[in-house]
Amino acid sequence: MLIRVNVNGEWREADAWPGESLLFVLREELGLPGSKNACEQGECGSCSVWLDGELVCSCLVLAAQAHEREVRTVEGLADGDRLHPVQEAFLEAGAVQCGFCTPGLVVAVTDLLEHDPSPDELTVREALSGNLCRCTGYEKILDAVEVAARRKREGVW
Amino acid sequence: MASTRIGERTRNGVGESVRRVDGVPKVKGSFLYGSDLWHEHMLWGATLRSPHPHARIRAITIGEALASPGVHAVLTHEDVPGKKTHGLEFADQPVLPWDRVLYAGQPVAIVAAETPELARRAAARIRVDYEVLPAVLDMVEALDPDAPRLHEWGNVLRHVHVEHGDPGAEAEVWVEGYYETGMQDQAPLGPEAGLAIPAEDGGVDLIVSTQWLHVDRLQIAPVLNLPQDMVRITLAGVGGAFGSREDLHMQIHACMLALHTGRPVKMSYGREESFLAHVHRHPSRVWMRTGATREGELVNVRARVVIDGGAFASSSPAVIGNATTFLAGPYEVPNALLEGTAVYTNNPPCGAMRGFGAPQVCFAHEGQMDELAARLGMDPVELRLRNAVRTGSILPTGQVVRGSAPVREVIERCRAVPMPDPPEPSVLRPRMSFPGGAGNVGHGEGLKHGVGFAAGYKNVAYSEGFDDFHEAKVTLSRTPSGPVAEVHTAGVECGQGFSTVITQVARTELGIDGVVLHTADTQVDSAGSTSASRQTFMGGGAVQLACRAVAEQLFDRARGRLSLEGELSLEGGRVLADGLPVAEVADLLEEPIAAVRTFHHRPTEHLDAKGQGDVHVMFAFGAQRAVVEVDEDLGLVRVVQLASVLDAGKAVNPQGVEGQSEGGAAQGLGLALMEEIQLRDGAIANASFTDYLIPTTLDMPEVVTEIVEDPEPGVPYGAKGIGEMSTIVATPAIVAAIRDATGRRLNRAPVRPDQVAGLDEPVPAPEWPPVPEVPGQDPVPSYFGAELGQSALGKKPDAGA
Repeated sequence: MLIRVNVNGEWREADAWPGESLLFVLREELGLPGSKNACEQGECGSCSVWLDGELVCSCLVLAAQAHEREVRTVEGLADGDRLHPVQEAFLEAGAVQCGFCTPGLVVAVTDLLEHDPSPDELTVREALSGNLCRCTGYEKILDAVEVAARRKREGVW
Repeated sequence: MASTRIGERTRNGVGESVRRVDGVPKVKGSFLYGSDLWHEHMLWGATLRSPHPHARIRAITIGEALASPGVHAVLTHEDVPGKKTHGLEFADQPVLPWDRVLYAGQPVAIVAAETPELARRAAARIRVDYEVLPAVLDMVEALDPDAPRLHEWGNVLRHVHVEHGDPGAEAEVWVEGYYETGMQDQAPLGPEAGLAIPAEDGGVDLIVSTQWLHVDRLQIAPVLNLPQDMVRITLAGVGGAFGSREDLHMQIHACMLALHTGRPVKMSYGREESFLAHVHRHPSRVWMRTGATREGELVNVRARVVIDGGAFASSSPAVIGNATTFLAGPYEVPNALLEGTAVYTNNPPCGAMRGFGAPQVCFAHEGQMDELAARLGMDPVELRLRNAVRTGSILPTGQVVRGSAPVREVIERCRAVPMPDPPEPSVLRPRMSFPGGAGNVGHGEGLKHGVGFAAGYKNVAYSEGFDDFHEAKVTLSRTPSGPVAEVHTAGVECGQGFSTVITQVARTELGIDGVVLHTADTQVDSAGSTSASRQTFMGGGAVQLACRAVAEQLFDRARGRLSLEGELSLEGGRVLADGLPVAEVADLLEEPIAAVRTFHHRPTEHLDAKGQGDVHVMFAFGAQRAVVEVDEDLGLVRVVQLASVLDAGKAVNPQGVEGQSEGGAAQGLGLALMEEIQLRDGAIANASFTDYLIPTTLDMPEVVTEIVEDPEPGVPYGAKGIGEMSTIVATPAIVAAIRDATGRRLNRAPVRPDQVAGLDEPVPAPEWPPVPEVPGQDPVPSYFGAELGQSALGKKPDAGA
């Protein structure tokens, strides 16, 4: 079936099998492998994207459900060589190791701070509890959230 | 953070917290992992796996699968072009089995098709006629002479016997304990994946997420019946490893399918298959008697450890070597009898996971130290300080600790980390902060608090006579933006920061900013495995040697053109003579300068028949203190704080060391509280992130890290490896804290809620198992003649320096 999706501001078409997830179509049909395939059952958050502005696990959304809708992925965050402030904060804080969870976490943190630029620590921990990271122990990811939140409050983004 | 800058004008050199060199593509989502690879006209591979832990294969029928839509190949053992087996230490594992399957999840046949879904459907249409055989599913039962023999050489994979001093020595006080640890999974987020591309010369190019390119190739080429140089491997991005990628997963299968179909073939496992396809942390059972004087001086340790190697050897021989030699802990023990056995069973194969035998025995020896302290009425930290090894100490293997051993400083600094603020009254606390609060289960009623402490140690690099060398090529050339060093090694970046470390080394050694890393591939010689906490030391050493060789050539050029006297050095892009700039490096580089060098660690010995020998290259130490609160009614635990102190020798990238401390602690917390592969009749029952739980942001506490820098003599910058230490000590520290809070004897990790709540008793101690009658230390390889796995690389003659 032919699916038409607006991805990061651009209308794209893909020929998808009805059983295919949005994640599979993004990665394998549209050349956007930034959303990651770590569990493909909604447990790890590595495939987090926005669907019409709402944070979703793209592995739990059928590609067909995204027909005629807007999808924003991690690839849409940086402006060319200029990183998004959340991406910048992850590098500064040392929040990246293997990096497989990073795109999903960058998306989830951006979503959190777009809704709440002053989350307390427990709010952050709860908001990110659906994003698994196996390398960092989360300490430096929480540091990155603090850095990015401060810049959000300062009006940097 | 304490850090030393070497070469003030060289930015981002050794000793500084620097940004990851691979960070930008990783945050943008443009870093390509094995599962992200794509090639025009590529096919997708799928694997049919055994549902039985032990069965005879009567017949495999592929006709229906082969006739399925979009299918290009269905291959079985009959299609293996060359050698039929592979294996990390020795080749006991069939590429595809011909007579029997030995574990549930073992690959039986492979398929290539146009899409992953078509490949999976076709694999499901392969008919395998199995005759189910009795399975050996218990590690101690495997030692029973009447148990089914799983391999013709028996069920004993390796037995290690270490005899030290007078093992019959009497002590004033004895404590006896029994400890178990479960089967943990590395659970790297990136699944096993890669792409095999058939080449015009009949060879194959493989791009894959792995930990050691050359040991992969060593196993792949004979199976494909190709010379080594016709199997060319390039590293794909690695989404975490932790030991799970040391053994082969999809490499040979993808290459076979690619060579058979003449098309590129991608294989990328889903999460369930990932659990089936890689080795796990060995489950362990430890029996231990610890004898001491009434003043708390250790006199004698008699201990027995058995680990379940599962169906195939993987790295079990080395893991049991570690587990047995570290069984008495980082303490001076004048007398000991330590026996360790790795056995074959029909459980999933176990092999390398962060800590490599040390976490299992650390859980036991630290439990014993706490028991002993309680018996003697001593402070448990004081007891550890009193017995801690130091430089010059003799270990149970007879090995003398030659290098740095700041164990007392590590322990004392850990004890001195400020405790967390005392908890507020429950009524004032947010629900989320209680054990079980996130699920609205716990409401903070009757919380108990506890503190636990653990110390441990581990070898850095490979042991027991192995020469795991690392080769590096460095080319210094002139570019419009200044001099640039290209660094090329086959060392694998798994996420821990190896690429950044060798970039820092090159900057420091050559005094320049511009460093470009080549993708790791087999165009250079082996780098050894990214494991055993060894790559900072070994890869850093190789790049340092190559840079120094380049610098010497550069100095020769400078001396040939200018009349220079005194000692030359490099800094800020210039050549310095006695500290004063005399030439721009770029001006000397009309021709590039290149050097290839190989770094070897000091040689080590094999264990003799009494388990004596100078077997380990060097040691890293660590300590951790855990503070927990426990809802005893619910059996739920929240770790409040972990204080982690690591003996780094020298922190090359302090922020990276902290990352290893924090992430390693998370994996140790997982083994303490939640992570265990559940086997039902030998099959993994929880192969998903829904059922196998790894710590989340709600499980992890604040981790306070301190780094002790006591440089190791004779190694580059004095840097030890710190990748594993935090994992090893976190588990016993956390379980000790729960014991402290509840007063219960908890002798199994992970601790289950029923045990915390007192509904389940501690695991009863079975009889000490029999010591197998195995001649010598290493019975299995003799059955394989010269077909030794990685040791063929380890015994390679010196290639360079």
